[in-house]
Amino acid sequence: MTPPALELRALSKTFRLPQRGGLLPRTVAHHAVTEVSLTLPQNAILGLVGESGSGKTTTGMMAMRLIQPTAGQILLDGSDITNLDAAAMKPLRCKMQVVFQDSYSALDPMMTLCQIVAEPLHIHAIGTPSEQTEQALAMMERVGLHRSYGARYPHELSGGQRQRVAIARALILRPSVLVADEPTSALDVSVKAQIINLLLDLQAEMGLSILFISHDLSVVRSLTDSVAVMWGGRIVEQAATETIFADARHPYTRGLLDAIPVLNPRERRQRQFLTSAQIQAQIPRIAGRGATNKPQLVEVAPGHLVEAILQ
Amino acid sequence: MALVDIENLTVSFPQHSGVVQAVRGVTLRLNPGESLGIVGESGSGKSVTCMAVMGLLRQPPARITADKLELGGIDMLRASPRALAATRGKVAAMIFQDPMTAFDPVFTIGHQIVETIRAHRAQTRSQAWSEAEALLARVEIKSPEQVLACYSHQLSGGMLQRAMIAMALSSRPQILFADEPTTALDVTIQAQILALIKDLQAEFGMGLIMVTHDLGVIAETVDRVVVMYGGRVMEEGPVQDIFDAPAHPYTKALMGSIPGRLPGKQRLIEIPGASPNPADPPSGCPFHPRCPQADARCATTAPAFAAIAANRAAACWRLQ
Repeated sequence: MTPPALELRALSKTFRLPQRGGLLPRTVAHHAVTEVSLTLPQNAILGLVGESGSGKTTTGMMAMRLIQPTAGQILLDGSDITNLDAAAMKPLRCKMQVVFQDSYSALDPMMTLCQIVAEPLHIHAIGTPSEQTEQALAMMERVGLHRSYGARYPHELSGGQRQRVAIARALILRPSVLVADEPTSALDVSVKAQIINLLLDLQAEMGLSILFISHDLSVVRSLTDSVAVMWGGRIVEQAATETIFADARHPYTRGLLDAIPVLNPRERRQRQFLTSAQIQAQIPRIAGRGATNKPQLVEVAPGHLVEAILQ
Repeated sequence: MALVDIENLTVSFPQHSGVVQAVRGVTLRLNPGESLGIVGESGSGKSVTCMAVMGLLRQPPARITADKLELGGIDMLRASPRALAATRGKVAAMIFQDPMTAFDPVFTIGHQIVETIRAHRAQTRSQAWSEAEALLARVEIKSPEQVLACYSHQLSGGMLQRAMIAMALSSRPQILFADEPTTALDVTIQAQILALIKDLQAEFGMGLIMVTHDLGVIAETVDRVVVMYGGRVMEEGPVQDIFDAPAHPYTKALMGSIPGRLPGKQRLIEIPGASPNPADPPSGCPFHPRCPQADARCATTAPAFAAIAANRAAACWRLQ
């Protein structure tokens, strides 16, 4: 059986933040991510959703080995990459790439678009310079930018076009895993639709697996096969995307779904907003099966995990 | 009397490379107590239209012409700088997308709200301070006295947006302009801020102009909608009618491109091509290069913005 494209096992990250005051320098522990386990199957799109500060970006950056986890394991195509050094990581970087939200700061303003897209080939010494240029231009065409754009600079482009360049750069090494961190959040509606379609097409065509990090559940619904919901550094619910929309069990997930604007003015309503204490209080309680009184992920239906308290 | 009355507004910005035509003949009205949504994408001219009627565009560089440009009955094209300053804040206040840059980072939130209150009404510092506290409480900030003592970098985006709303309300405006007030916020915070804006609008009896690219925000908050594209109004009507039966091809396409409307992983209906370049707008209807129904006439002559049904108007040859 082929291993999943990417697997995270009980990944945690604790940041030590300097604390002010006092005579001696001290730090406080901030648990950004606590024991997150995720499986990104081959050829699938997994959505990772949650609010600002939920730990979703930290999780993505750990998966990319851009932030070193405090504990846990990262497996890329079945092999453990958690503790590989930079030299050992370098060849594996071809297999995993990232696209960020802010395409403006992600692209070097001093480089032409062709240089930007070809740079990964240059770094990994793949092909001659003329082959690299040709491949870069072909990839730009594939993401919907005309070859004549190759000589332009990032500031000459719109946000949507810049995001296409960032995607082209990420995909030129033919990675098997793409981490996309809010790639559509800064885009206009019609441009957003274009980028979503592009990601869907590229995923099908190139056999990509995508970890799609977003706070926008509408985008997640159109793009992903399954969803993991993060809250306070933990995964609180995980299921096939439509199961989340039809049958969310965790109070935080339900609150998140309820907050999505309804596209029908007839269905306007007053919403109840839960505080985190109320969410805590409403965490599902399940009887039997070894009481711990500590929230943990429980499989409530095949493939549907919910954080619950066993009593 | 309409709170906002704009007729045939054009705004352009001369540049080295040519003239950027941001607004190209916009007509719209806002009646007392009404809420109006202006929806459009980047470069559609929606924000510039609001800036123009608020008298926030410096001339030059901006070049503004209009048959009528009135805010609270005051002619914003001919008003003196002093009259403009009195109108802004008193008649109309504005909240912006990015509250972090809207507050001055070197003064406390309290200092800035008090300054705003005292600019419009003769009050002592301590009166103004307690009013600021009451306003923060009204925008559902839990510990107003603490927040007043904070600097903008110490607060979250949602908190800052609430503080900015409090500041906008401090001069008791008749009109609130909200320019993408929730675009930078998480979905739950967005829902809370939108609910707050709607409540305050009803409570203070204000007119509301909600400027956004997000049709979801429009569906949740306003009575009437103006759809802008390429510096022009494409369509206007009651919010329910626009969502039930969008008439203009651009509005239809925009509705089709919204993600997550239908269950399941699937491609969206996309609008091919890109928004027009305001420095070099297409001839005729600005949408014709991307319009599935365009013909030769659309490419040469811009359609007039005309009534298509009761309370509804559109600028499209196919609808006339």
